[in-house]
Amino acid sequence: MALLEVTQITKRFGGLSAVRQLDFSVEPGAIVSVIGPNGAGKTTFFNCIAGFYRPEEGQIVFDGTTIKGLRRDQIAHLGISRTYQNIRLFANMTALENIMVGEHHRLHGSWLGAVLNTAKVRAEEAANADEARRLLEFVGLKGKGDILADKLPYGAQRRLEIGRALANQPKLLLLDEPTAGMNPAETAQMTNFIRSLRDELGITILLIEHQMRVVMGISERITVLDYGEKIAEGTAREIQTNAKVIEAYLGSGGAAEVPDLPEDRRPETSPSVS
Amino acid sequence: MTASAAAQTPSATDWRSVVRIGLLGGLVALYLCLVGIVEVFQPRALVTNIITLGETSMVLAAVAPVFLILRGKQIEPRRAVAIGAVVGSITGAFPAALVIISASINLRAMFLHASPVTTDVLTFGLGVAGVWVPIIGLAAVGALTGLLLTARADIQRPVTDALLALLLIGLFAGVLRPPLLASTVTAGIGRLLLADNGLTIIGAIVTVLVVVGGRIGIRRFGTRSRLDALSPERKRAVRPVSLIALILLVLWLPHGVGPFFAQVVAVVALYVLMGLGLNITLGLAGLLDLGFVAFFAVGAYTVGLLTSTAEYGIAQWPFWAAVPFAVIIAMMFGAFFGLPILGIRGDYLAIATLGFGEIIRILAGSDLMKGLLGGPRGIINIPKPIEVAPDSLLAGPVQIYYIALVAAVIVALVAIRLRASRIGRAWIAIREDEDVAEALGINLVQTKLLAYMIGAAFAGLGGAIFAGLLGSIFASSVTLFVSINVASLIIIGGMGSIPGVVVGAIFLIGIPELFREFSEYRFLFYGVALIAMMRFRPEGLLPSKIIRRDLHAMHEELESNSLDDERSPAGVAG
Repeated sequence: MALLEVTQITKRFGGLSAVRQLDFSVEPGAIVSVIGPNGAGKTTFFNCIAGFYRPEEGQIVFDGTTIKGLRRDQIAHLGISRTYQNIRLFANMTALENIMVGEHHRLHGSWLGAVLNTAKVRAEEAANADEARRLLEFVGLKGKGDILADKLPYGAQRRLEIGRALANQPKLLLLDEPTAGMNPAETAQMTNFIRSLRDELGITILLIEHQMRVVMGISERITVLDYGEKIAEGTAREIQTNAKVIEAYLGSGGAAEVPDLPEDRRPETSPSVS
Repeated sequence: MTASAAAQTPSATDWRSVVRIGLLGGLVALYLCLVGIVEVFQPRALVTNIITLGETSMVLAAVAPVFLILRGKQIEPRRAVAIGAVVGSITGAFPAALVIISASINLRAMFLHASPVTTDVLTFGLGVAGVWVPIIGLAAVGALTGLLLTARADIQRPVTDALLALLLIGLFAGVLRPPLLASTVTAGIGRLLLADNGLTIIGAIVTVLVVVGGRIGIRRFGTRSRLDALSPERKRAVRPVSLIALILLVLWLPHGVGPFFAQVVAVVALYVLMGLGLNITLGLAGLLDLGFVAFFAVGAYTVGLLTSTAEYGIAQWPFWAAVPFAVIIAMMFGAFFGLPILGIRGDYLAIATLGFGEIIRILAGSDLMKGLLGGPRGIINIPKPIEVAPDSLLAGPVQIYYIALVAAVIVALVAIRLRASRIGRAWIAIREDEDVAEALGINLVQTKLLAYMIGAAFAGLGGAIFAGLLGSIFASSVTLFVSINVASLIIIGGMGSIPGVVVGAIFLIGIPELFREFSEYRFLFYGVALIAMMRFRPEGLLPSKIIRRDLHAMHEELESNSLDDERSPAGVAG
């Protein structure tokens, strides 16, 4: 059975349908990508899954539970974590505290326990901090726990945001353009890191990307959106040769193979395409 | 444009800005005259028979603009004196004009304080014939200020310090005198140095000598640098000693300052307690709650109802049995009020909570609740928390001071513990980014409600102790100003900072209480203080590290942006 099953969802803003009658599913343990030109509805689709938007039509079932209409914290409790296209860390908290916030709902210390500083609360806090340090090390930020989040370098902030999402012990991780703004070396490192999340932690991954090299390299399945609709779905090879996809990215008559686009003509970042 | 002109001829004085700031000083001086500060402050002396507070206000109106112009500039003394004299005379021209106009036209229909008394202060009693006094006098003040600001550091520092010391001691003479007179050993010294409304001439001379001597002594023997040079271990050894000294001072305070000021410090301690409570709601969770007084009222009236032996009392309980109930009921009110409004964000939350405060105040004084709460006549005969003989160490406001102090320590402890817990992290996360916090699994309603309820509980505790202090509770005690005071003292002191709350309470609650006779200017003082804080020190007097960092990072960003703006055209030109 699929871990995430989306059937016929539609999200409208005024008269515009940002996502239209979309069917989508993710198998457990997969790495699945959503791609598409600017304004294709990728982030809107993410926001529908994570409970930031409520789709007008359709159904979203996660791990056997209908999650459409649930609050964001309830969806997080069920095991969906996410990162953001423009990093949204808690800037005035340290790296360690950021991760510890992610662990929030797995802890049980009450406010009264915290005020009385009971043995139980102290033990839980210590375990919580240890766990956070372990996660910090896992995302490659060992020893950086006391640095305020916004003082970290860009790449480290991206990884910290993933670390914070992992603190929730998710079953499904939504990554919104995890390599945005990274140079090729950082991108390669991040690609390997994403793969290790699945291979080592067994987390199912759904990502939005525009760097084709990343997407083609790690995704088992790719879904292409354009104008809020799914125009293609399949393996990397199938997508690369799909005529509709090439047209969506390059306009009709475009012949170049999508994955070989030079960096400076990447569809998402080049304003002339949109 | 002025900047580029200055860049071309760096040594030239920008007389236009000098005149502009002089005019500004003049407007301030005129304002001080018209609102009556000059007149009302006249009976109080800074130094007896030498200078009154009314005159001091005029002097400061001339000193401030000269300071603004010359601050941080390298100017030769002669030019500085000239600038000071020009600014001072422009400043003085405004009150002088007031003297002439109020002699020929009766302004008092509109400006009550454009009176003969004000004219007398401004002209040293000469009337219209003395119209030159404010001009010449303030020109001299301005010139001296210019001279002082360009003087060598080893002259400037002691003189500035001595003048500031005169100002402070003169202002607080009324507070300093009672403890000195209380003991026979120090009474003679007290009478010699302090009159009942300011420093004596001898006191002023002693103050100047002590400060100047101390300054010279520090330079000669390097006391301060020696303290700085102490090894960290030695410093650590000094810390508990100074801590104990501080604790002893805090414990001694209400006994030392006499019965009237004991009441003042008790009220200050009460506000410290409430400031710490609101700091949890506002400082940690970022919820701007302006209805703090609602829970204060609930706490006070609960204690009143449960303990009063008069008309509206329902149980005649002892004070201490009623306090936990007051706290719990305030907390329940917090939940009741909080649930419908916590989905509202930011400014809208402030407006909604403001409404709650008003609802409670109006209900308490209404005919509807009169049968229960006594309406405007309130509930009287609330027993003292601790029944003692009138001459005991714990009599009157002193015991309230200690109770509020203990309660404040408890609140501070609760705040520190919560800050370090999962709840505290969730609050800060909500303050930083509510949406992300929720997506991480934090239940917004529950977590915000908890912050709101804990704030309400401490407001209730404050109200309960307040009822014990007054021995009665009236609708007129639970006004909007309680909320405004608590919110302002946090802003002035520094959001999220415990020492900041203490400093804010002393500054906003304590100091105005000491100047009771000027109480009509209390909110003028608040307004000026808040504007000055927002302009010069938005993080508060003693901010928490994080907020200071935040605001300063923002400033640096703005400055570097403006630098870029300046640089870019040059880059194009080059």
